[in-house]
This record gives sequence, structure tokens and C-alpha cells, in this order.
Amino acid sequence: MSIEEKQNSPTFQDSDSTEYPKNEKEVSSFIKKFYKSGIPVELVGSGSKKKMGKPLQCAKTLNLSKLNGIIEYLPEELYIKVKAATPIKEIEEELKKNKQQLAFEPIDFGFLLNGKSDYGTAGGQVSCNISGSRRFKVGSVRDHVLGFRGVNGRGEIIKSGGVVVKNVTGYDLSKLICGSYGTLAALTEITFKVLPAPDESKTLVIHNQKLEFAADLLYRSISSSSDISGAIYLPNEPKVAGCVMDIEKTFKLNDLKNNGSITAIRIEGSKNSIDQRFKNLSNELKVANFDISILETIQSEIFWNKIKTLELFSSTKNNILRIVIPPSECVNLVYQLSNKFKYYFDWGGALMWMEAFELSEEMFESIRKKIIKLGGYVTMIKNSDYLPYVEEVFTINRDRFNITQNIKKSFDPKRILNASKMYTGI
Amino acid sequence: MNKLAMPKIDRKLTSKKIEIVKGLKKIIKAENVLDHEDQLRPFETDALSAYKQKPLIAVFPENTEEVSKILAFCNRERIKVVPRGSGTGLSGGALPLADCVLLCLGKFNKILEVDYKNRCVVAQPGVTNLSITQAVEEKGFYYAPDPSSQIACSIGGNVAENSGGVHSLKYGTTTNNLLGVEVVFMDGTISRLGGKTYDSEGYDLLGLITGSEGLLCVITEVTVKILKKPQSVKAALIGFPSIEDGGKCVSEIIASGIIPSGMEMMDKALIHATDNFVKAGYPRDAESMLIVELDGAEIEVEELIEKVSEIAKKNKSSSIKISKNEKQRLKFWAGRKAAFPACGDMAPDYYCMDGTIPRGKLAEVLKEIGRLSKKYNLPVANAFHAGDGNLHPLIMYDANEKNALEKTEKFGADILKYCVKVGGVLTGEHGVGVEKRELMCEMFNNNDIQQQIKIKKALDASSLLNPGKVYPILRKCAEEGRVHVHRGKTKFPDIPRF
Ligand SMILES: Cc1cc2nc3c(=O)[nH]c(=O)nc-3n(C[C@H](O)[C@H](O)[C@H](O)COP(=O)(O)OP(=O)(O)OC[C@H]3O[C@@H](n4cnc5c(N)ncnc54)[C@H](O)[C@@H]3O)c2cc1C
Repeated sequence: MSIEEKQNSPTFQDSDSTEYPKNEKEVSSFIKKFYKSGIPVELVGSGSKKKMGKPLQCAKTLNLSKLNGIIEYLPEELYIKVKAATPIKEIEEELKKNKQQLAFEPIDFGFLLNGKSDYGTAGGQVSCNISGSRRFKVGSVRDHVLGFRGVNGRGEIIKSGGVVVKNVTGYDLSKLICGSYGTLAALTEITFKVLPAPDESKTLVIHNQKLEFAADLLYRSISSSSDISGAIYLPNEPKVAGCVMDIEKTFKLNDLKNNGSITAIRIEGSKNSIDQRFKNLSNELKVANFDISILETIQSEIFWNKIKTLELFSSTKNNILRIVIPPSECVNLVYQLSNKFKYYFDWGGALMWMEAFELSEEMFESIRKKIIKLGGYVTMIKNSDYLPYVEEVFTINRDRFNITQNIKKSFDPKRILNASKMYTGI
Repeated sequence: MNKLAMPKIDRKLTSKKIEIVKGLKKIIKAENVLDHEDQLRPFETDALSAYKQKPLIAVFPENTEEVSKILAFCNRERIKVVPRGSGTGLSGGALPLADCVLLCLGKFNKILEVDYKNRCVVAQPGVTNLSITQAVEEKGFYYAPDPSSQIACSIGGNVAENSGGVHSLKYGTTTNNLLGVEVVFMDGTISRLGGKTYDSEGYDLLGLITGSEGLLCVITEVTVKILKKPQSVKAALIGFPSIEDGGKCVSEIIASGIIPSGMEMMDKALIHATDNFVKAGYPRDAESMLIVELDGAEIEVEELIEKVSEIAKKNKSSSIKISKNEKQRLKFWAGRKAAFPACGDMAPDYYCMDGTIPRGKLAEVLKEIGRLSKKYNLPVANAFHAGDGNLHPLIMYDANEKNALEKTEKFGADILKYCVKVGGVLTGEHGVGVEKRELMCEMFNNNDIQQQIKIKKALDASSLLNPGKVYPILRKCAEEGRVHVHRGKTKFPDIPRF
């Protein structure tokens, strides 16, 4: 058999027992079979986020990459329906033709996890529910999934939602599926809400501000009526052993000055609207007092793209943590962590990306405790040679574990789908 | 009154009423337990007033611990519980059962915290939707989802129904504006889902319970996002010579890349009804009318109004009025907001439907509604959240006429089936409740429904929380020749169907 033939044969098992179902029906029959004999199976789209979550050791792999292609795209209805393993790139290119976009800014973990850009598939984005800088304005992935089809752990084809935004018919399983890391169902079809892409983008960069003041700038910008769509702080300190914090090298742009930390605020929309809001915001923040740079559309887009691809961490060998907290706690968090790690803030201070050199599991757990106290949570996004494994990648408490376990059972009673990828026992 | 199939009454329980009351009075203050027929009458229905049923007992807990103890007690004693907010639900979600404890959240009426630093408000579930905006107005903030019932409906009820409003097109429904909740599950477990952070890790339980219609848990605290008011807001009032033209205009506005903050449509019947009612200055000669509201920076709003007017003209608009000031803008809205009472003025009773369709199907669906109106010989007026394809046909009837309600319900069901047929859904914001329960099989097959019921069981093992709602009791959902009868309820084949 040629590779091609092998991949096209639903019953073929190659050396690592990977199956390549061609359609939803085949996904269902495979899972039915696994369910019968209780065989654990790993679900893979394109593998871009395979390293996320806990490592799996499954007898079988279901590679869903053949469930690929745009099913229906109606720009005037603001939705696109795709097979689950359709590459995000392909979707975005199609949307671009109609000046539309996935407003949640799909995140690119490629640089971080595999050394090159890789947005992965629609199903992968949905399974991780990690959104870009526009989060505080437009919501996250889960707010843009209108409906889905998939196969649960009994091999049954299930669906929820539809193609319309306003829909309260039955429980909103589309939400539940988002961020479930393939532990509830093998997704086969996803309908995304799409939105008009802004004509232009403009970024106000305020240089060389200390954390406290920068946090206040971000807060005032988001709380203004200038309708901003990005608010980040990139400190140029602390200088931490084992981490390179080189914002100058990463963010090399013609119009971007080179002067210490970066507080950046993005405004998007039509040209006139941007100009007016930019002026209002500049007045409100009294930017005349600061050293600033202004990035117009092209450079502004490059700048935010670098945020989306986590380029600041691209060649790191260290652990990467993703920390979400109430935005008011951002300064406090840095102090609680004794200013010992390389970090930056997105989402106006509500999201911290952190790089940790020679992190031990005990240190990780003690960081987690502090974050929980502040009302937040932390995810281990990338392991390192120093700390290649942590028991609890995600934060969870006992009550929540019990509920989670019950929900898992209702989809996947024999725990065969991506078992223990999120939590041991789920 | 219509008969409605509900879960079998547990006679053993009803005969133990005195003991149950005693048990409940041990948990909460005696004055917060109501058990006399007269005391219970105000709670026998929600805003779907065609159905009435007094509960066995009604309780008014004052804090989360009391809710937890009540639920644990009821779980132990196998007593059904129906949660109730303000009772403005339109699908019978809070309709009591004869053998239930009605759990009223009216005493949970405080705003606990206004947190500008994190741009959120923490409130008890019985607080009304509007009072959240009122609490933050002074600083120029507001809470975006604005159901027409906002002066009365509770924020807990909004979460339970995932309510929307005229501004959902741009700002989303409850689920998109909710950061966290505290809930109590049927076994008494108190849990916090979400908080003041964006998203949470693990399964999106917050997303799951939003819109779960009181079937999965009781909401005892809510944290919602607040937004800064836009710099400028303007509305355009546009008349069209036909429904088709209005519908096309809606599609074209969206296709052009504009997302108005609200885009409402009314048909001729409703234009007249509301204009008679509040003298809103609507174009009475028009066959359909749009209110398009735009917000943002001043210059942007001007630009967009211009663009919208052009698109309207291209689609043969017969009149365009732009609001000159805030007073006029509010006047444009006054008619739309009075749609329900205006219909109440035209007929003794009206029945409000709530399907959603892809925008492009508006004209087609309206035509079908017109045909059905003739078939059933019942007048109908149509209001839509046109921007997101959410229809509210208002069917007018006289409940005193023989079989009028049955006829009306059949008409309504036909409309919803048609919505599903054209790619839409049964309910956009009012919920399934008891009203659309038997229609679920139009949209979902056996697998889909069983998966949902399994989730229900995962959180409420004995199905004691708000049973008889959302999932079909009478109809069979068949799939590939496999017929499933939900919980074997064909035992009552003679009970009239929806
Ligand atoms: C005139 C009028 C206009 C309306 N306009 C709109 C509109 O524009 N948009 C819209 O979306 N809806 C609208 N509605 C419907 C209704 O107001 C909403 O569904 C509202 O959210 C119900 O809130 P409530 O507090 O009255 O809930 P109730 O009617 O008391 O209950 C509704 C459901 O929620 C459950 N529930 C209530 N509170 C809790 C809780 N704390 N925990 C768990 N479950 C709970 C109940 O069991 C029930 O199933 C309108 C209704 C009327 C009468």
C-alpha cells in the first residue's frame, strides 16, 4: 500500500496506530469501535497544539486532518461553516476576500512550540479557546462559535447551536466544547461567527513608563469611550538570568522609537473614526507629556501580529506560563512574583505571559497559589528540559473537578477521548 | 385554560405537605415559607400566562447558604424545585408544578459591588437588569444587554435565559457580557464559575449554565461586564414600500461591513399599532420600517448614517428620518418598545413568538407568516431584531373564544417549524420552557437530545430541578428508524399536544 492508499483506507493502522477517517461517519465508526473495547484514543488535527496539555499515551490516534475544507461561507450572514481540521490560515484567507475576519484573533503557538508559524486548525483553536489581544472588546473564541458537529465518546454524532447568533435552543454546548481540549468530542464541523475587518489600525506607543503608571494608562484607555481594541505593556526589565528580554530586537519598526518599556494601545476602524478617537484618547491620557511613537496601519498590524505569534518568546527553551487575573491585580501580581520573571501584559493587564528560567514544580505551584488568591488562574503552556512535566497543567479545585468529571462522563463514559490531557482522571 | 402535560404529580409528596413546610421552616425564617392557596396565587404563572399552576409551597431564601440547604433538603426528600426570578419569562420556564417548591429569588435584590477598576458589577440575581445600568450611569458606564422587559426582569433570570435585547447585534447577549456566577447545584453544592477574569480554565461551565433555563443550577450571584457609553449615538427611521425591500436593506447594510448597534424592523400592522399607541411619528404609509442605530465616535456615526441612508435609497426606501437629538432618538424607540402593549390594545390577548432565521430569509419567512395568518384566520403583527434575524411575530387572539389558544399555538408552532426549515432556530432569546419543548425534535435528533439530557443528569442526578421544561415529554424523536420515547411518556397519549 502507498502512503496515500494507507491514509485512504479507514481500517489501516500504521506503525503508531494512527487512523485517518475521511468523514464524520468514519470518525463515528472508529470511536464506536474504540468505545466497545475501551481503547483510549488521541485526537489530532494538524498537531500544532499537540504539546499543550498533559502528554498522552494512547493505543490509538485519530488524525482528523482529512476533515478539511470550507463547507459554506455566507459573508452577508456573517458566518462560515468549516470541517473541523480546516487550517485557520485557509479560513482567514477566504474571509479576507470579503474584508471579513475571525475577530478573536486566532493565536499562533507555532513559533513557541514548534519553531515556525502554525495557526493549526479550526478544531484546535476551538479546543484551546485561547484568544488574541482583542479579547476584552470582542470576546474569546467561545464567543465566536455559533454551532458545531462532533462525535462523542460513545461514537454518537452530536450537534448543537446553528448558524445564527441569537439562539437559546437547548444548552449551549458550543461553549462547553471550547477549551475542552478534545476531551468531550471529536469535532467534525464548526460554524464561526465572522465580522467585518477594520479598514485601518493605529497604535499609540508610550515609551519608558514604569509598570504602575503603565497599568494606569491601560486602565484609563480601556475605560474611555475611544473603543480601543488592544492594550499591552512590554517592560524592559527585569533582566532575568536565562531569559532574553529584547523588545527592541523583536519590535524593530521604522516608526517605533527605541526608548525603554512599551505601553501600546490599538485603535481600529475607518480612517476618520480612528483619527477622532485617537485624538480624544491622546487628550484624555495627556500624551503631550510623554515620549510617544505612532504606528500607522501597516506597522501597527505588524506590531500586533508579533504579539499574536508570541514572538517575544520565539526561541526560548524555558517554561512559558499563561496567567489570567482581574486587571486591577496586575501590578500586585508582579510584586507577588518578586519581579523575578520575564513577562508582559496583554488585555489591559488581565493577561500575563511569563517566561520562567529553571522553574521547579514547587515554584510553579507556589506561583499558582498566589494567582488563585488574586482571583486568577495559570496554565503551563510550554514545558522545558528543566521542567518537562507538571502534574497540573491547568488550575482546578475539588468542587470543580467533580462537576468536570460528571460532565466528561456524560460525553465520554469510558474516558477514551484524550483521557487525562487536561486533568488526571478526566 | 389549556391542559399541559407535566411530569407526574407525586401524590405521596403532596400529602406530606405539612411535614415539608415544617422542614423548610427549620431552614429559613417561617415568614419566608408560603403555603396557603391565596398566598401562592401570585406565583401560579410567568409571562406565558396561558398556563397556570400553583406550586405546593413557595420559599424566599435570603442568602446562598439558605438556598443550598433548601436544595439539599429537597434533593434528599425527592422534591422538585422550580427557580423563579421576576416571572417575566415568555416560555413558561418558571411555571410551577403542583408538587414543587417554588424557589423565589426576590430577596436577592442587592448590588454587592461596583468595581470600575475591573469594569464589572457584582449583583444578587434578583436585581433587575435596568438597575445595573442605573448603578453605573453616573460614571458614564452601562450594562449592554437590554431586554425590553429590563425594568422588571431579574439579572438571574437573564442568565438563566441568556436574554438579549435590541443592542445584542453589536454587543452580544447575556452570555457575552457575563464574567462569573455563584451557583448552587441540586445537591446543595455551592460553586463559583468564572469571576472577574476573562474566560476561565477547564470546561466552560459558565457558558453551559447560561441559558440553561433553571435546569442545571440556581444562580445566587452574578458578575457582569460594564461598558463605557459610546461618544455618540444616532438612529435612522426608514420606511419601505415592501417587506422585501426592507429585508434586502438589512442584508446589504451588514454585507457592506457595518454592524449597527441595533437594527429593528416592524411590519405595517405593528407600525400602525405602535404609532397609534405612542405617536412615535412612524411612516404610516410604509409596508415595513427599520430603526437603524449607530454608535461610536461622532464622525464615524455621521459617516455610517450617510452610508446607511445610501443603502436604504438604493433599496427603494420611501422615507428616511435621522434623529436630530437624544429626545428624538428616544422617540423613535418609544414605538418599538411599546410593541407589546400596543398589541395588547388591539386584541384581548397576544402570543409572542421568538424564532431566529438567517437574515437573508426575512422576506420569505414573512410571506409564510402572512399565508399562515390567513390560514388560521388570526391577525399577526411582526417585530424583528432584524440585524440578528430574531423574529417576534405577535399573534393576536381572544382567549375567550373556543379553541382560540390551541389555534394560536398551532400557528406559532408552524412559524417556528418554518424558521428551522430555512436554517434558523426555535428560540432566539425567550427560551424553550414548556412552550417549545415538543418542538425540540424539529431541530435536534435523538442523539443531540440524549446528550443534553445526560448533561442534565450529570448535574442533577434525579432530575428534580425544573423538570418538564426544555426537553420533549410527548413527542418521539426518531433517528434512522430508531425510535426513542423520552422517559416513556407515551403513557399519556390522550393529553393534548403542543
Ligand atoms: C414585555 C416583555 C418583554 C420582553 N422582552 C425581552 C427581550 O427583549 N429579550 C429577551 O431576551 N427577553 C425578553 N422577555 C423575556 C423575559 O423578560 C426574559 O426571559 C428574562 O430574562 C426573564 O427574567 P425573569 O427574572 O423574569 O425570570 P423568570 O421568568 O422568573 O424565569 C425565567 C427562567 O429562568 C429561571 N430562573 C430565574 N431565575 C433564576 C436563578 N436565579 N437561578 C436559576 N434559574 C433561574 C426560571 O426557572 C425560568 O426557567 C420579555 C418579557 C416580557 C414580559
